[in-house]
Amino acid sequence: MPSSTLSRVKARPGRGYWWYLLPGAVAFTVVVAVPFAANIYLSLTKWSGIGDPRFVGLDNYTRLLHDEVFWTSFRNTAAMVIAMVVVPTLVGLVLSATLFDVIGRRFGPKAASFLRATFYLPQVLPVVVAGILWGWLLRPDGAVNALGEAIGFGTHDWLGDPGTALPMVMLVMIWVQIGYPVVIFMAALQRVDPDLYEAAEIDGAGWWSRFTAITLPQIRPETFVVTLTCTIAALKVFGPVWALTRGGPNNATTVPSYFAYNAFFNKLQVGYGAAVATALTLVIVAVSIGFLKAQRRAEEEAS
Amino acid sequence: MTTLTLTRARATRRDPDRYKRGVARWVVLALVAFTAALVLVPFAVMLMNAFKSPADYSGNGPLSWPESFQLDGLKTYWTQVRFEGKLLNSIVIAGAVAVLGVVLSLLNAYALGIGRVRGRLWIVAAFLLANMIPQEALIYPLYSMAKATGLYNSRLSVIIIFTVIQSAFGTYLLASVLGTFPKALLEAAALDGAGRWTTLWRVVVPTVRPTLSVLLIFFFIWTWNEFFIPLVMLVDNSTQTVPLALASLQGDRLMDATTTNAGALISLLPTVVFFLIFQRTLTRGVTAGAVK
Repeated sequence: MPSSTLSRVKARPGRGYWWYLLPGAVAFTVVVAVPFAANIYLSLTKWSGIGDPRFVGLDNYTRLLHDEVFWTSFRNTAAMVIAMVVVPTLVGLVLSATLFDVIGRRFGPKAASFLRATFYLPQVLPVVVAGILWGWLLRPDGAVNALGEAIGFGTHDWLGDPGTALPMVMLVMIWVQIGYPVVIFMAALQRVDPDLYEAAEIDGAGWWSRFTAITLPQIRPETFVVTLTCTIAALKVFGPVWALTRGGPNNATTVPSYFAYNAFFNKLQVGYGAAVATALTLVIVAVSIGFLKAQRRAEEEAS
Repeated sequence: MTTLTLTRARATRRDPDRYKRGVARWVVLALVAFTAALVLVPFAVMLMNAFKSPADYSGNGPLSWPESFQLDGLKTYWTQVRFEGKLLNSIVIAGAVAVLGVVLSLLNAYALGIGRVRGRLWIVAAFLLANMIPQEALIYPLYSMAKATGLYNSRLSVIIIFTVIQSAFGTYLLASVLGTFPKALLEAAALDGAGRWTTLWRVVVPTVRPTLSVLLIFFFIWTWNEFFIPLVMLVDNSTQTVPLALASLQGDRLMDATTTNAGALISLLPTVVFFLIFQRTLTRGVTAGAVK
């Protein structure tokens, strides 16, 4: 074996590979870095999209802090986190453990994977199609009210009433989101050693204690991934709100991304929209960093 | 690993009486099946109304079984939006993004994971950050740039944007996969006199092909389902995608209840077909993504 070739391979780490980064670097500069920087600049200006932007410093941000709709949009984001992260993760944990541990083992893996596919079905379709389907179901003359009349419950304008609009959007998001944790957790459970469960069963541990003592700790990495990705998705949610309510009635269901879109393209307040988008970016980055730190700490404690 | 689990599962099943205790398992099955049925109800209602005639709908309401099996709603929607054009737009956009996105991710990840270029941790962190940025924080400058370059309302604008956005995730994932690439294979290729370019296509790509195909399918489906950027960039009938076509007719007076349901049905069919075709690959990919 000519050792000189080997050492030559080892002696040149990095150099010559830069060329491979070039297309990516150019593309990212044009599509992400420059627009992102331009957006921050726009957030310091007043601009209708025509003519020249006028520099106003931090005016847009001080205006944001006093804008009731802005705060409503972030309160609604908290509702989206409940609907897209908290409920789907908790229900997903119980469902996947049940499918894996009870249905899969006592009724066969076919039954379990059929049910898993059913829960996953809403995840498959374009989310805006889901929004339009639900928008029709919940319309004053839609299927939900037809059912309500049939069982003597009466009718209600579910998406038109500020009191019920947000809970309905949350319901739709739970329906959309539930399949994602089920699929990931079921895949995670495949790698848990079955001997652990058998040993626990022989020791007389019931379903709940097996769930809390084995399932939860074993699939902790996947739980982190699911909660992080779903939280980012909840902070970014746009399509369903656009399709169901356009943020209404009276901003009751507005979210930051819809608020920014509305400022950009309906109200023609580009600078203000850019400030909302920048604020949203900061929140997302802060939440993600917080998550990753918490994960690292949890891993250190576990090891 | 898989075979091991399988034999274990078979071994446990051979010991039947431990699992036949009580009726509790039937109650559990009933509960889970009921929840699954609840998930399916909106699809069932949609199917019922997609095949009704408008007269049937206005006479009997949304909850009745169709009097006869009508394809009028489907035909109306198809011709109304010229659906074949939308389908083509979606296929072109999602297909181009999937291929270009994977190639771009691969080139980036080759430099980062195998080339180990200096400062790679910072570069990977930048890709991770690009993943988090909401599209709202890029959209107005992108919209202005597209207008200035004449790319506004073109499929190319959306293809370029999503190729970059998807490859942010792809680079992040592939860089960590290639970071563990067996050194022996690279050294063997170098001994055979293969340069970097040859090594990439003859050694690296064949080895990580499963990951690449998962990425390809993911990029395709994600791009197919995208809404926000297409909503801003694609404003006309000749460029719009499948989800946009349905959305832009929302509230239109031509969209009666049966057409709405038929439209929703036609719009979700392609994605359900992809799901059925790629189910295995996707489940594997979801796991790969989760563990990384």
